[in-house]
Amino acid sequence: MRWLGGLLALLLLASAATALVPVPALKARVTDLTSTLSAEDSASLEATLNAFETRKGAQLAVLIVPSTQPEAIEQYSLRVAEAWKLGRAKPDDGALLLIAKDDHRMRIEVGYGLEGALNDATSKRIIDEIITPKFKAGDFAGGIRDGVGQMLAVIDGEALPPPSNPPRQSGATQNNFGGMMVGLLIFAGLMHKILRSGVAKLMAGVVAGGLVFVLSHSLIIALAAVAVIWVLSLIGFGPLMTGGSYYASSGRGGFGGDRFGGGGGFSGGGGGFGGGGASGGW
Amino acid sequence: MHRIRTSLFLLCTALFTSLLSGCGYNSMQAQDEGIKASWSEVLNQYQRRADLVPNLVSTVQGYAQQEKDVLIGVTQARAKVGAINVNSDTINDAAKLKEFQAAQGDLTQALSRLMVVTENYPQLKSDRLFSDLQAQLEGTENRITVARNRYIEAVQTYNVTVRSFPNNLTAKMFGMAVKPSFTVENEKAISTAPKVDFGKK
Repeated sequence: MRWLGGLLALLLLASAATALVPVPALKARVTDLTSTLSAEDSASLEATLNAFETRKGAQLAVLIVPSTQPEAIEQYSLRVAEAWKLGRAKPDDGALLLIAKDDHRMRIEVGYGLEGALNDATSKRIIDEIITPKFKAGDFAGGIRDGVGQMLAVIDGEALPPPSNPPRQSGATQNNFGGMMVGLLIFAGLMHKILRSGVAKLMAGVVAGGLVFVLSHSLIIALAAVAVIWVLSLIGFGPLMTGGSYYASSGRGGFGGDRFGGGGGFSGGGGGFGGGGASGGW
Repeated sequence: MHRIRTSLFLLCTALFTSLLSGCGYNSMQAQDEGIKASWSEVLNQYQRRADLVPNLVSTVQGYAQQEKDVLIGVTQARAKVGAINVNSDTINDAAKLKEFQAAQGDLTQALSRLMVVTENYPQLKSDRLFSDLQAQLEGTENRITVARNRYIEAVQTYNVTVRSFPNNLTAKMFGMAVKPSFTVENEKAISTAPKVDFGKK
């Protein structure tokens, strides 16, 4: 953890030329860089958000920083949202409550999928009518708790796809597929020329299939590759123009939401943001 | 003989395909699509703003009728924006893009003048509908900024690809030209220092 601090300091120095406030690493749903919240407040907020995400699927996070200067809170907030990628990839159901304590500014940044429920006007009202009065009275924990509570209540009214935790799929399949096909066809052509016996050709197919498996992590594609190589190297290209049918597992989603077990890492799920939401001050 | 010819043909096709992607043709196509997508988002958000204007104007009118000039300014700027015919081809036409940008810039200024004026009307400020509209306008302006920035980035990525070697050869072959982008709005307004006059009320 020490070296991480060192690295961060180095990064800070490196970015001193541009002097933008760095985006903190996403480690938990509640990130307080100002030590405003007590440990209990933080934990209960964390638990609320975690429970909501498990139940509803939408992913919310709270970030408290001292200041976003020289950037406006909107710019910094979007940078955070783009880096954290809160919310699931497809419904884009993430939201961020950002508070710049010394600037006396706050912002609710809303992912594409929540812009209907947590629209600009609603976000603005939550800021103006729920959070701001508490902040003015110095009750930061209460303001954040109530504000988040209202955000959750609003999002709860929105129909979202149910939460699920599908196994992580390899993102490599899609992109390498074309290249792999070309490689396999050339390989099969060569094998057809070079190797004589059917068994040797099957062996060549198995080797190629193994390679494909390493690249794609998909047993189905690998087996298909074995079969295609074998058949192609046996008969050559002559009788065939279209080849066997392939099914690429088109997994690019990569759900990161709700990954709390193990090393205690927490990550966004790939949700997109387009600058929706509202800002306010106190 | 026939078999060898076919396999040779297939090999050549495969080689040609990989050569094309080596020359950046595929990434140019992908980036071109990226530009189109981000351009639609820009148009979307500008449209969203334009749609807000009539409501906004009529709400303000209810409380601040004497601000005729400002209101007319907004309405005219809105009309001008509506008169410009933009589509997906606009991004290849530097002059058209400039015209579009200028009109939208005028509307931005007219709207911000309107917002400044509304500060003088406490009753208007406390109107629920107005504060909602104001929040929507702020949100939309922010979305426009985001969409514009993403568009600028997309064009930049594409232009770098198109201009770097050996992609520039491929680009020339397929007629894929460098695309124009947004520029800083109202450079003159930014470069002149704002006048502060305390003497006048």
